[in-house]
Amino acid sequence: MKEQLQALEQEALSKVEEASTIKELQDVRVAYLGKKGPITEVLRGMGKLSPEERPIIGELANTVRANIANAMEEKKDAMERAELEKQLAEEQIDVTLPGRPVAVGGPHLLTSIVEEIEDLFIGLGFEVREGPEVETDYYNFEALNLPKGHPARDMQDSFYITEDLLMRTHTSPVQARTMNAIQGARPVKMICPGKVYRRDTDDATHSHQFTQIEGLYVDKNVRMSDLKGVLDRFAKHMFGEDREIRLRPSFFPFTEPSVEMDISCKVCNGEGCSVCKKTGWIEILGAGMVHPRVLEMAGYDPNEYSGFAFGMGPERIAMLKYGVDDIRHFYTNDVRFLKQYHQA
Amino acid sequence: MLVSLNWLKNYVDIDQLSPEELAERITKSGIEVEGIERFGSTATNVVVGYVESCERHPNADKLNLCLVNVGDETLQIICGAPNIAQGQKVAAAKPGAVLPGNVKIKKAKLRGVESFGMICSLQELGVEEKFIPKEFTSGIFVFPEDVEIGSDVTKLLNLDDIIIELGLTPNRSDALSMLGVAYEVAAILDVPIRLPQSSVRIVEEKAEEHIRVNVEAPDVNPYYGAFIIKNIVVGPSPLWMRNYLMAAGIRPINNVVDITNYVLLEYGQPLHAFDFDKFGSNEVVVRKASNDERMVTLDDQDRTLTEDHLVITNGKEPVALAGVMGGANSEVSDSTTTVLLEAAYFDGQSVRRASKDFDLRSESSNRFEKGVDPNRVRKAGERACQLFAEYASGSVLDGVVEFDQLDYDEKTVTIWTSKINERLGTNISNEEIADILRKLHFNYDQDGETFTVYAPTRRQDITIFEDMVEEVARIYGYDNLPFTLPQGGSQAGGLTKNQALKRQVKQFLEGVGLSETVTYSLTTTSRAEELVSPEVKDGLVSTVSLAMPMSEEHSTLRVSILPEMLASASYNLARKQANIAYYELGSVFVSKEKKITEQPEEKLRLAGVLTGEWVTHPWQQEKKPVDFFVTKGILEGLFDLLNVAVTYKQAKIEGMHPGRTAQIFMGDRAIGFVGQLHPLMQKAYDLKETYVFDIDFDYVLEIHENEPSFAVIPRFPSVTRDIALVVDEKIAAGDIQEAIAHAGGALVKDIQVFDVYQGEHLEAGKKSIAFSLFYQDPERTLTDDEVEASYQAILDEVTKKFGAELRGQ
Repeated sequence: MKEQLQALEQEALSKVEEASTIKELQDVRVAYLGKKGPITEVLRGMGKLSPEERPIIGELANTVRANIANAMEEKKDAMERAELEKQLAEEQIDVTLPGRPVAVGGPHLLTSIVEEIEDLFIGLGFEVREGPEVETDYYNFEALNLPKGHPARDMQDSFYITEDLLMRTHTSPVQARTMNAIQGARPVKMICPGKVYRRDTDDATHSHQFTQIEGLYVDKNVRMSDLKGVLDRFAKHMFGEDREIRLRPSFFPFTEPSVEMDISCKVCNGEGCSVCKKTGWIEILGAGMVHPRVLEMAGYDPNEYSGFAFGMGPERIAMLKYGVDDIRHFYTNDVRFLKQYHQA
Repeated sequence: MLVSLNWLKNYVDIDQLSPEELAERITKSGIEVEGIERFGSTATNVVVGYVESCERHPNADKLNLCLVNVGDETLQIICGAPNIAQGQKVAAAKPGAVLPGNVKIKKAKLRGVESFGMICSLQELGVEEKFIPKEFTSGIFVFPEDVEIGSDVTKLLNLDDIIIELGLTPNRSDALSMLGVAYEVAAILDVPIRLPQSSVRIVEEKAEEHIRVNVEAPDVNPYYGAFIIKNIVVGPSPLWMRNYLMAAGIRPINNVVDITNYVLLEYGQPLHAFDFDKFGSNEVVVRKASNDERMVTLDDQDRTLTEDHLVITNGKEPVALAGVMGGANSEVSDSTTTVLLEAAYFDGQSVRRASKDFDLRSESSNRFEKGVDPNRVRKAGERACQLFAEYASGSVLDGVVEFDQLDYDEKTVTIWTSKINERLGTNISNEEIADILRKLHFNYDQDGETFTVYAPTRRQDITIFEDMVEEVARIYGYDNLPFTLPQGGSQAGGLTKNQALKRQVKQFLEGVGLSETVTYSLTTTSRAEELVSPEVKDGLVSTVSLAMPMSEEHSTLRVSILPEMLASASYNLARKQANIAYYELGSVFVSKEKKITEQPEEKLRLAGVLTGEWVTHPWQQEKKPVDFFVTKGILEGLFDLLNVAVTYKQAKIEGMHPGRTAQIFMGDRAIGFVGQLHPLMQKAYDLKETYVFDIDFDYVLEIHENEPSFAVIPRFPSVTRDIALVVDEKIAAGDIQEAIAHAGGALVKDIQVFDVYQGEHLEAGKKSIAFSLFYQDPERTLTDDEVEASYQAILDEVTKKFGAELRGQ
């Protein structure tokens, strides 16, 4: 019987080997391991064996069954894998073909610059304030120490609507409005971005509409060195850690002292080149200590409070940072321009 | 202000620094140097030559054959200048000379005759034509007789001068004079200053015997000084003076005019010289003009005056527009022999008014507008008299006839070292403050840390403590300020809820493929009225226009963002950029008044423009042009994000396609529209099929609740039932949906259109529309009966309301 079983095993294993489809394999299973198969047949004759032989043959029979079953399982796996591989090979695509495009939009470059600056100053404890674009003469000029007839009004020729209303020429009126609303009750730490308008003929470097961000910090004991420190942080954040800043005296009616801030030219690193007109420095923004008249008019006691203010043009910053060569690009909305800065 | 360094050297020593170093120091401590330029260009081997003879070239009509004595030799030079003549002293470039532009002068043969050099014009020596005296612009320059033959012209003509251009802020009008600049440089470099000493030779005859001064408007003319100079001989001014004037950008005219200009530049005090013989009386009367009074100014313009204008008169008629321009009737000419010299103080605002009204900006008006130094008015007159005596052979009559109510007082400003340090964040000592005041030539009294500063009248800008903080800081050096951060109590910065929401909305729109635009707020009058959303139009009484626009293109404030966005889209289309998906968030301006007196309302609107293809995937033959539903889908996504419910209603809006436009509502409130542009509008903007939206963003912000309350995630299964209805094609899906929601009861959580069909198997004029209904109860599992009851109620309602039939029955 032992030989008989071993012969059956060999026979079955070679049939498994020969099977080329799942169906044939299934037939082998039915033929050898089924209830009517030869191994069952052999086992039925076990009654004729001696009690000593029975367990030996029984075990052998089980081993034979298991071996055949295993072989079939393996063969089945292999066949399935081959089948799958064949299918996968058929499913191959040209992965170099272009994908289905997804519409990609993005922010305007000016918005990116404005938000970057907002976020920097928010981190320094500033809030963001907004105000009207059509302003009263009072908030645009008078509250900022620019009475009627003041020669500095020439610095920013304006679009008047009526004698008393005009397109704001800077976002500084928002400072005056904010301080006026608080009336000296607490410190003010704010920036105000927005559109401003001046009587300029549009060309590569002038635009009758442009963007401005003003900042204001009024508190007890605000020092000019604080202004210098904050502007240094700003310059390094926007233009790189290796930039240096310098302050130069300047004039704005609403600040005293007034300064202009330059950064060291990143093209020549301060050596002097055509970008910085051989000076090594590039003018970025105007700033100063809030004029006591301005504080007073807004209800802050200049003997108790001091403050600094600064104002900058995101267009200019964008032009310097990204080499934009014509301010009109910001307002033409050429999609080829807009898309260049969607990741900015 | 153009500053000749050679001129400046008369007052301060600056030779220890290069022009670039000097410019850098000036820029860093006060006044921005905007440019450094050479006046001429150095020419080598060009000397003063004496034209001993001058004859016509034998072979050329327009050339002359000259013998020129250049000191060590006499050269034969051929010259084509029309003004060459025997006996002149001229600039002769000898063979081997190098002229500006690297022009090398060599021995040459001209029409068969040899020429050993060239006689030069000022242009050829590198001087800009606009500064050259008129008589020399189209020919060679002729030196005065007293120059030495053979001497180097570079020095004589100041060709080696360096000009620095100062960009002056309105407060630093003190630097509108050479003396002012000298004080500034002296302070920065800590060097002594040399002031000009004017000593006038006067004759015994008294000026007051010839002239009286009567000022009727002392508020705007607190000082008027009249000097009389007789026996004037008008001629060219000395070469050095002409050189300095040209370097400062002023063309020399004659000695009388040049002297007044020279003193204007030196002292910053405008002067005016009248031809006294033509003055017409012995009395100066300064008064306000009367309305419609007329005068002819020096530039031969007939001007009509008003009572805002201050005039100098001879008691009868105006002879000058005060501080701005003289009159033609009393202008100095070559035959002038007696000069009435005016040295006056005119109020800045009054001069500004006149110069603005007549668009006359002059060196004089500029200085008066910004305020001249009271202590230099009379001095400047005396200085001019001295120069008239020296360079115009004038006899200066004794005395100045004056009207004088001028305030000569120095302003007193008290400063404290500790307060200055507090303001600057520095640690400056009392000694350093004192040293800075000394450098500035400011007088002061010191008591410990308290300084009483007497601000000199030339520095009209210094009136308060803060002005002195600036003076100290700039001389101390801004580079020496430390870097600190604010010490004040920490305040949490941040965006407001609305500001954060705005950013979120922008990011959403960008994420679905829209690019942000920034367009101009000022548009044309007609565009301002286009595509205005109905709810905006309802509140609009008038658009807001500029009083004096620069162009019609930017004359009126927008009432809708769309027109300028369409113009931008059109710009792109013309450049073969056909696929546009734009959005813009910005203000529009609406006035509720017929005649505007108050600020218009500024409404925040969110607008979008889409045209061209939305999806293009050519190799998969997929191409989806933008259509109404692409555009509406974006809005639906947006309102989903904002968690606000809106409804869309078919609407007719001017400029929009009448069948493809929906007005958007939140509850009963109209908040904007979405749709296709009217084909005629598309044509007007040169656009193809274009879709737009415009939303009241103020209202979105107002009603939006940023913090959604927590809703339990449903644990019980939902049931979906579909219902396909056949209705008249005119019935809007939105209306059916609304009816379903109403009839279905609270268990209906969502309703979605999943099919719309029209055509075969349906009666003409009918359409089939199918909805999926989602039922759910958060508390328990639904029963079939409940769902069935709701379904029946829905069916009853739509049958009753729209005559709908179930499809396939």
